[in-house]
Amino acid sequence: MNVEILSRVQFAFTAGFHYIFPPLSIGLGVVLIMLEGAWLWTRNPLYHNMARFWTKVFGLIFGLGVATGIVLEFEFGTNWATYSRFVGDIFGSALAAEGLFAFFLESGFLAILLFGWDKVGPKLHFFATCMVALGAHFSAVWIIVANSWQQTPAGSHLEIAGHAVAPGHAFQVSDLGQARMVIDDFWGVVFNPSSMDRLSHTLVAAWSAGAFLVISVAAFYLLTKRHTAFATASLKFGLVLAMAASLLSLATGHDSAAGVAKNQPSKLAAMEGLWQSGPQAPLHLFGWVDMAHQRTIGAKIPSGLSLLAGGSSAHELTGLNEIAPDLRPPVQATFQCFHLMVAIGMGLIAMSLWGTWLWARGKLADTGSFMTRAFLRLAVPSVLLPQLGNQAGWFTAEIGRQPWIVWGYLRTSDGLSAVVKSEQVLASLIGFSLIYLLLGVLFVFLLHRKIQHGPEPMDETHTQPENWLKQSRA
Amino acid sequence: MDYQLLWFILVGVLFTGYAMLDGFDLGVGSLMLGIKDDHERRLLYNAIGPVWDGNEVWLVTGGGALFAAFPPVYATVFSGFYLAFILLLFALIFRAVAIEFRSKVPWPWWRAWWDRGFFAGSTTAALLIGVAMGNLVWGIPIDARGEFAGTFLGLLHPYALLMGVTTVVLFMMHGAIYLHLKTQGPLQARIRSWINPLIIAFMVCYALTTLATLLYVPRMTHLLREQPALFSVAILLVLAIANLPREIHRGRDGAAFLSSCATILLLMALLGLGMFPHMVYSLPEPAHSLTVYNASSTPKTLHIMTIIAAIGIPIVLTYTATVYYIFRGKVTLGKDSY
Repeated sequence: MNVEILSRVQFAFTAGFHYIFPPLSIGLGVVLIMLEGAWLWTRNPLYHNMARFWTKVFGLIFGLGVATGIVLEFEFGTNWATYSRFVGDIFGSALAAEGLFAFFLESGFLAILLFGWDKVGPKLHFFATCMVALGAHFSAVWIIVANSWQQTPAGSHLEIAGHAVAPGHAFQVSDLGQARMVIDDFWGVVFNPSSMDRLSHTLVAAWSAGAFLVISVAAFYLLTKRHTAFATASLKFGLVLAMAASLLSLATGHDSAAGVAKNQPSKLAAMEGLWQSGPQAPLHLFGWVDMAHQRTIGAKIPSGLSLLAGGSSAHELTGLNEIAPDLRPPVQATFQCFHLMVAIGMGLIAMSLWGTWLWARGKLADTGSFMTRAFLRLAVPSVLLPQLGNQAGWFTAEIGRQPWIVWGYLRTSDGLSAVVKSEQVLASLIGFSLIYLLLGVLFVFLLHRKIQHGPEPMDETHTQPENWLKQSRA
Repeated sequence: MDYQLLWFILVGVLFTGYAMLDGFDLGVGSLMLGIKDDHERRLLYNAIGPVWDGNEVWLVTGGGALFAAFPPVYATVFSGFYLAFILLLFALIFRAVAIEFRSKVPWPWWRAWWDRGFFAGSTTAALLIGVAMGNLVWGIPIDARGEFAGTFLGLLHPYALLMGVTTVVLFMMHGAIYLHLKTQGPLQARIRSWINPLIIAFMVCYALTTLATLLYVPRMTHLLREQPALFSVAILLVLAIANLPREIHRGRDGAAFLSSCATILLLMALLGLGMFPHMVYSLPEPAHSLTVYNASSTPKTLHIMTIIAAIGIPIVLTYTATVYYIFRGKVTLGKDSY
């Protein structure tokens, strides 16, 4: 196997595995703010108990996020050295800013969040919780800015041997040693055409991940008739966030896709399996791309894509036939990942609406009702949906960007490390596979154990930390 | 001062912060198996519990800053040291999850294996960091395109290994001094008995490394010869090291720890003075070396990064200091502990 395929598989695998955890931290971070805020507001000990339980779950998830995240910071250099030299002037700053503004904030205040219950007062603890969640959101900001610049480069220009090159200049691979992207305008890089759409979409999808974890565990407790008060309240907090997140996912997803239509037409064509250019482009609900006959089979809404992308059925879109075959992304994979993500997004909206409807009818925790039991039974595995959706979304974004590593400037195949051999990447890939398999199994095992253990009994944790009680008595 | 020099210093500051802070975490890892009792082992984990992941962020940010300020250095070193850095990542992963997983399950065999993983991960990470630094001091083969032209086994020469062992011993000493500050009673007495042997071991390693450097890598002394005033750094370093047994003997734990931090800071300063302006010294073809001037980003990026650092670093220092202040004093176990 060649170095390119192995390096791509390794990056996809390590990034994909890592990406199980940050969305959970971002989403659970919001849940923790809601819970601790509710406790400060109402002083209901149940909310305090919930905050304590979910903080422990948060700690486990965060630890795995840290352990697997450092790999990515190194991997640009180890496997994509040519890319690193080419983009360092721009991409590196975003990574450094992520470390400085996001990771330090998260990890510094995490100490107070996890271990500070007895060391600081309730308000400072709440502040620390907010800072951890803010840090998690900031880390998304900088990494999405960096990734979006790869998708839609802006605020920069190409330089070969120290001379600026006009846009559209044919780029020779032989120039690669002396070519690099150079920054013109920092804010132009940060607010590149796709960054804000993609950031908002990623963040709300991360909220879904956190919300459905809470919903799933709460549903499990309700079905097994354990910790009922805890579970009912958790379910409500989860549903509020899930409702907001799933509807916002739809809105931000629409903006993202409209942006792709404008900035990366070949990616949109692959996402929708659109072969013919022109107006009245159809929208596929699901389907199969028939590569041999260059057509897409499936259920479609006539003119749907034109309507969504341009607001009118007369809006013209570029089809794959107009794009040179070597500039097309892998169509089938992009199409299926995109449609899987959209289907999951719709499923999450349906679950949120269903739960809210039960709540409005006062039957959310009424396990005697058939509808409630059906909802709860589906809610338990629903924790996997946002995870799958997040992965499918990233696969769409990254496969759809091919063959480019920096859109329009550098091909993925040209971005590799020149000195790294396939045996080396094979060895590291096997190592990562074994270690991540172990980590994945142990993570599920420990999370399961934590859930089985459940929250502390109320009489005991009624129990706020010693000095908080003293304060509230004073 | 030009931006290249400023960023050479700032990247150095970030890696120095990493060595000073995560250095004691890694040292605690190397010492872990010297303690047998489960309760005492948990005290060791919780002594670093609230701070280790913040400490690791110095490495992540240092890597990001190197990528941003000197992309060719980041690319050449990380791809050139491929297997070594992948091993370093594996070691750091095991170190991190060992802390996270170990005390979540009470089974003795589970805890024993994670303790071993924590020891192995921490020690391997310290060793590899030292070996990597040893190679940068010694010089590595670089071709005309600025790519690494050596082999993995070629990185394991005696000088680099000596630097690796010195780093492990330095972090063990630093970790023991930190633990002395955080523990009490019989556990503290046990750790106290390790400190002087570790200080002596470090002095021996440091003397050997210095001797080897003077004999085989004389260019490391160029700047000191041109600017004799800079020799004061070496004098301060010797004073900081000599101060260690003195503070321990007088029972001033905090001063001993600060002295140990100063030792690491001054070692890194001396290393930087020896390397400058080279970031990757090319051997046998010095003309291919990557220097702060031929391997930097554009002045514009360095300018932007300087603004980012000027905003970010004071904030980071403020709350890092706050967290250390909140978690000051002797470590005890509670229901939120690891």
